[in-house]
Amino acid sequence: MESKRITVFAGHYGSGKTNIAVNYALKLREKFDKVNIADLDIVNPYFRSKDSEKYLEEKGIHLISSEYANSNVDVPAIPAEAYAIIDDLSLRAVIDVGGDDRGALALGRYVPAILEQNDYEFLLVVNKYRPLTPNCAATLEVMREIETACGMKFTGIVNNSNLGDETDEETVLASVDYANEISSATGLPIRMTTVKEELYDKLKDKVNNCTPIKLYVKQSWAKQEEDLWQK
Amino acid sequence: MAEKVLMKGNEALAEAAIMAGCRHYFGYPITPQTEIAAYMAKRMPLIGGTFLQAESEIAAINMIYGAAATGKRAMTSSSSPGIALKSEGISYLAGSDLPALIINVQRGGPGLGGIQPSQSDYFQATKSAGHGDFHLIVLAPASVQEMVNLTFKGFDLAEKYRMPAMLLSDGTMGQMMEPVSLDMGEITEYDKSGWAACGTNCERPHNVVNSLFIDPEELEKYNIERYERYAKIEETEVMYDEYRMDDAEICIVAYGVAARVSQNAIDKAREKGIKVGMIRPITLWPFPKAVLNAAADKVKAFISVELSMGQMIEDIELATRCKKPVLLCNRVGGMIPTTEDVLNSIDKANSVGGDK
Repeated sequence: MESKRITVFAGHYGSGKTNIAVNYALKLREKFDKVNIADLDIVNPYFRSKDSEKYLEEKGIHLISSEYANSNVDVPAIPAEAYAIIDDLSLRAVIDVGGDDRGALALGRYVPAILEQNDYEFLLVVNKYRPLTPNCAATLEVMREIETACGMKFTGIVNNSNLGDETDEETVLASVDYANEISSATGLPIRMTTVKEELYDKLKDKVNNCTPIKLYVKQSWAKQEEDLWQK
Repeated sequence: MAEKVLMKGNEALAEAAIMAGCRHYFGYPITPQTEIAAYMAKRMPLIGGTFLQAESEIAAINMIYGAAATGKRAMTSSSSPGIALKSEGISYLAGSDLPALIINVQRGGPGLGGIQPSQSDYFQATKSAGHGDFHLIVLAPASVQEMVNLTFKGFDLAEKYRMPAMLLSDGTMGQMMEPVSLDMGEITEYDKSGWAACGTNCERPHNVVNSLFIDPEELEKYNIERYERYAKIEETEVMYDEYRMDDAEICIVAYGVAARVSQNAIDKAREKGIKVGMIRPITLWPFPKAVLNAAADKVKAFISVELSMGQMIEDIELATRCKKPVLLCNRVGGMIPTTEDVLNSIDKANSVGGDK
């Protein structure tokens, strides 16, 4: 897997950034010793990478996240430790940015250093089945808002078009034209088409850079369910 | 069938309100419902509607009063402490017989509490959303699709009976994502000419929207008339869902996220051979009393699964006339009962009366 030192995932609210960031960090860890994931989400109160913290640490991935995430403290804070992703050149960093331009604002303070080091990828996560980004034009608008808010241009696209549990082969295939249109309108490559693992074999030859992912960011009762079975 | 989209509960609810004809949203931000306001702020200007972030919850609910008085569909949303601030305005809406939809995406309390999910505003919503003798229609969704359907239904019932309705959601329902269809059919148009203050064109007498009555006899008359309407609602508008109740010996009663957890627990208990089912109230007011009372003649025990310290349990005991024991299975403060918690309660209920 080719990768830059820093990989940043941003996109529309609810496009699936956190889950992709967690998957990507786990993949990186197979090749690199030091992998950090930074949760810059200052918008979302629930369903965050913090939910996967224990699992990530077990896999040797350090999570940098607000100590208030998933607590009752409603403070949009990012820890000072987040600067490690810039300062520590020995580590591979994955940055999970909050949704939309509001979320991307928090990325802005790291952008000058990211640009200066110039060893990064900035990936736009898109999902055609989100009602405010159903087509190329609406998605481009969100994309421009994010770029303006953080001061950095995207370098690639992740097509994560899905309908949650109801996603099947057709769901993904019906999003190919949408992703291609965004790609040709922006000149950005489709770096991944993310699909759940059980669809990978069916889709690997049909979509651009098909990438299998697991669902790590879950509804709380679904997670409990799993814990119960593991006992 | 309409195409499905993947939506967060709060967004789905906001879009459903727009599709139900709501063009007036007034609110004030509070976690975990801010997505509703954020969504409305984006969408309303594109469709000729009004989004206004008021200076306070109190201002927002009184803006709802104004919009509703003209016969327009208006909505506000908040979370627990914010709803408490709106309670005076909610009472005024009820006292003036105005339809409106109020959304409560509940968080932990009392006081400032916390931002994690809760159901501890059950009493507030069903018994005491403000001062005076009145009820709200209270709808409790248990999926993102129901957030959509019940928003649509809430506007309809509010206009049909000229009273405020509340969608009682919780943080988890608001934040979770599921595929939904936004196809909800036609909007029923109700005749508002008898009450809406929207200009007479000098062609008819003024409609006056008011909750102040100088003459106590007149005030009493309105109160009695309102309760006749409530009686009709209790007779005709109760909604609930039954799950594996056919041969059930234990009946779980749960709404919203608690019902989602309970459903998993019921499936597990059934695998162990325990006959357990669920009656899930969809309307918390009117409460599904009749079906629970009938169930009390068949089952040996009830379990109220709540994210509160035992609130709905009182309505279950009343509805069943305490014919059978009602156990409480609960977590509070932003915690959700686990499947295992519910399974433990099912085991306890199963041993009631030594009948194993």
